Amino acid sequence: MSVGELLRVHGKPPREVYFDLENSGYVPREVVEEMIPYFNSVGYGHPSITHKPGWEAYEVVHETKELLSRVLNAGGLGEFAIVHSGTEANNLAVLGHALANRERRGKILVSAVEHLSVIHPAELAERLFGFRVLRVPVDGEGFVDPEVLRELVDRDTSLVSIQMVNHEIGTIQMISELSRIVKEVNPSTVFHTDAADAFGRVPIDLRELEHVDMLTISSHKIHGPRGVGVLFVREGLRLEPVLRGQLSSERLWPGVENVPLIAGFRKAVELAFDGFEWHVSKTRELRDALVRGILERVADVLINGPSDFSKRAPDNANLSFLYVEGEALTVELSLHGVYVSSGSACTSRILEPSHVLLAIGRRHEEAHGSILLKTSRYHTVEDVEYAVEVFPKAVARLRSISAARA
Amino acid sequence: MSTRIPLPYTPKVLELFRSPKNAGPMEDADVVESAGSPACGDMIRLYLKVSERDGEEVIERATFESYGCAANIAAASILTELVVGKSMREAWRISWKDVADELGGLPPIKYHCSILAVGALKRAVRSYYGKVGRRPDWLPEDLTIEERQTLEEEKMIERLYSGQGFRIAIALPRSGSSGQGA
Ligand SMILES: Cc1ncc(COP(=O)(O)O)c(C=O)c1O
Repeated sequence: MSVGELLRVHGKPPREVYFDLENSGYVPREVVEEMIPYFNSVGYGHPSITHKPGWEAYEVVHETKELLSRVLNAGGLGEFAIVHSGTEANNLAVLGHALANRERRGKILVSAVEHLSVIHPAELAERLFGFRVLRVPVDGEGFVDPEVLRELVDRDTSLVSIQMVNHEIGTIQMISELSRIVKEVNPSTVFHTDAADAFGRVPIDLRELEHVDMLTISSHKIHGPRGVGVLFVREGLRLEPVLRGQLSSERLWPGVENVPLIAGFRKAVELAFDGFEWHVSKTRELRDALVRGILERVADVLINGPSDFSKRAPDNANLSFLYVEGEALTVELSLHGVYVSSGSACTSRILEPSHVLLAIGRRHEEAHGSILLKTSRYHTVEDVEYAVEVFPKAVARLRSISAARA
Repeated sequence: MSTRIPLPYTPKVLELFRSPKNAGPMEDADVVESAGSPACGDMIRLYLKVSERDGEEVIERATFESYGCAANIAAASILTELVVGKSMREAWRISWKDVADELGGLPPIKYHCSILAVGALKRAVRSYYGKVGRRPDWLPEDLTIEERQTLEEEKMIERLYSGQGFRIAIALPRSGSSGQGA
């Protein structure tokens, strides 16, 4: 099999628009340019060594944390551990907590719609150390019911992990209220929130979120480079490193800091927060136009996630196109230069559709036809118009040969 | 999303996905059979027009409808091309491997697409002889591997729906090797 041949047959569509920002995306030129000097002209040293290139490297790490502290209003509240992905940050949160508390064990509560980088480490903590993992159910739009959470938390609850924004359906959880309830029932329960898809999209104030003990960020979710993640850890929290090796500037993560990528991430944070409100409203307008345009032109489409769009992340759109299978639709759209992903089983290793869509009660055949799109401030009105033109054609072609048509 | 896997399709799969041959229902089909279901995320419906030539049944025309991934559509398309002009007896000998090979190969996780296509074909052949009320000696009573696998896939989805149910269970099932958390 030659992937080159596949790409040749695919060809370059006349216009290309990338909406698969959930699964990774492009890095703008300003961010790329910020990284380049750090490979060979400045800060290419090890941040914990006492020489100029080392201190230059340390400056990047240090300044990045200062910046995070400012944009999240976290001054004096704790530390930011910079790790190599959001996945690693979530592993550090869940397994690092489990390691530090393995003698006492207890329950770990995760919402049913968490990212697998939370669910799987929780299951590992169960297998390795005997924690008990409970899944907190969500309603048809992906919300955790505060009263259900109150029922589930007890004296034995060690950790609760509930994401701030769902990565697939954009549900914005009421983290302030949920974390308060957890601490009301059990003040010693640790509360983690995966904010990978909230950061840069919804305001986050760690001084206000006083009951949040840990928070996850991922660089490539905000047009930064892949391979940088951050875990905020509140002062005084017991957490053990998961990976072992030579420590450097991070107490919780060994290995040499990837300074060029961190510099790129820092730039991406600056860009995201420079005109935050404007970025959010532009993103929202584009998303609304995209959804409206598609719904006007294509019949038999379900909206997955909150129907009240004010309760949904501004960038997220998730639609199920009945009678077509999502993977086929991603390929068809790709041939037209519109790049999206699907929660269909056909894109997965295990031939089961997205656990998020099943958790909100979608039937398998509805989940198989799901398409996830995310807009950003880098999209234009023309990008959206192009997608709105392409979708009806793509869906119609696949429906015309569909065996599932009623 | 759930756990992902790269799917480097062959050029042939992409070509047939883009321009499938023999797609659509057939008004005057002698036999129509399907395999899979929308809930499985994979379904192929096969239409055959059969005529007699020199005392043998020959597949004169074949069309398909498909609900499924790009590989599913390509597999169904190539299958229709493979069977046209063949006698029923020859068509019966087509295996899922033949279909995958004709596509230049499939990623292993997509083998079930060619299995489903051939499963539909074998069901159609059986159904044809069921209708005419005669079983040729080359047609075994035992199900072929493709028919068994197709049944297996169709049953799996029923189990997923009826079993412990993904949705309501509060406790996460212990993960085996499946990699799916919820
Ligand atoms: C909610 C959420 N958490 C964690 C991650 C993992 O981040 P990364 O891709 O940096 O490992 C993602 C990214 O897909 C995500 O969407």
